[in-house]
Amino acid sequence: MKRFDALIEIAKLLVNELVVCNLGDPSRELYSIKDRSENFYMMGSMGLTSSIAFGLAISQPKRRVFCIDGDGSILMNLGSLSTIANNNPMNLIVIVIDNSSYGSTGNQKTYTSKKTRLEIIAKGAGFESVTVIDKEDEIIPKLKSLGLGCHFVLIKTMPGRAQVKNIPLDPEKITIRFIKALSK
Amino acid sequence: MNIDLELYKSIKNSGINLLLSVPCIMLKGLLEIIEVKKEIQHIPVTREEEGVGIAAGAYLGGKVSAILMQNSGLGNSINAIKSLLDVYMIPVIFIMSHRGAAGEKIVAQIPMGQITMDLLKCLTLETYILDSPEKIKNIEIAVNEAKKNKKPVAIILKKTLWRESNEKI
Ligand SMILES: [Mg+2]
Repeated sequence: MKRFDALIEIAKLLVNELVVCNLGDPSRELYSIKDRSENFYMMGSMGLTSSIAFGLAISQPKRRVFCIDGDGSILMNLGSLSTIANNNPMNLIVIVIDNSSYGSTGNQKTYTSKKTRLEIIAKGAGFESVTVIDKEDEIIPKLKSLGLGCHFVLIKTMPGRAQVKNIPLDPEKITIRFIKALSK
Repeated sequence: MNIDLELYKSIKNSGINLLLSVPCIMLKGLLEIIEVKKEIQHIPVTREEEGVGIAAGAYLGGKVSAILMQNSGLGNSINAIKSLLDVYMIPVIFIMSHRGAAGEKIVAQIPMGQITMDLLKCLTLETYILDSPEKIKNIEIAVNEAKKNKKPVAIILKKTLWRESNEKI
């Protein structure tokens, strides 16, 4: 399974969920699979996916929030896992698609290709619900089985990107349409 | 006059309803009031840049956020200010103590303290300097400007604001 395959499965579950998606290929791929106003695509500020998703979760406690992050990105902001786990919002799923590489910059390896285990870091940060998925057909049933709570889900994939186009939206437009969708 | 309490009141009146913080000795009293009153949601963060991300997400969800921090945290926030707040038009209020200014005793604070005002200018952050008690109400003006322009703003807390209690720094 590659990230694109994982995103296809995750996208099948999106109905009312709010999504914050990591910059680069993950956002471009999600845009091509299932664009919706409730998707917030990052274009800069690498590392902050989980922080943006957490801020959204605490300000919209009635909506479920999916954070779609990557291994390189979460490694840049590990403190975020402590902040999220200790504040424990009941409506947040932090999904990290771990392809052990910086996929958008030429597949340089990250430390998860060596000794680092993100699921253990998440546990240590205080997450009570940690799920590891390495098979495509487990994504939907495992995500569906998660109830209310603050969850960490690690999806292990191979490196590699899909051939997709750039997102033709201005960042400002992404903000405006996201806020508009929320007010409906 | 209790400066920390006045700062708190102005923050509350401004409509800020989410506070993210990285502590500083100059913010100690204010952080204590925030914790005791429990009127404004307060989330300590591990690094200022993380606070910028949380504030941005909270804005999408309808909140008005401020980050309480030291000016050293401005250095930790630069990329997020430009590549997140500026391009996505997200207002966030940075309330920062100004360490490393005249009279600073910690050597390592001085270089960052000296460039703080230039850095804010370079970042094109509209800046409000609170150096005396009568300026505290400007917090409300700063928040309105941020919301109106959909841009981050900076509020600088100078040591002279607290006159009598300067010995602690
Ligand atoms: Mg990766």
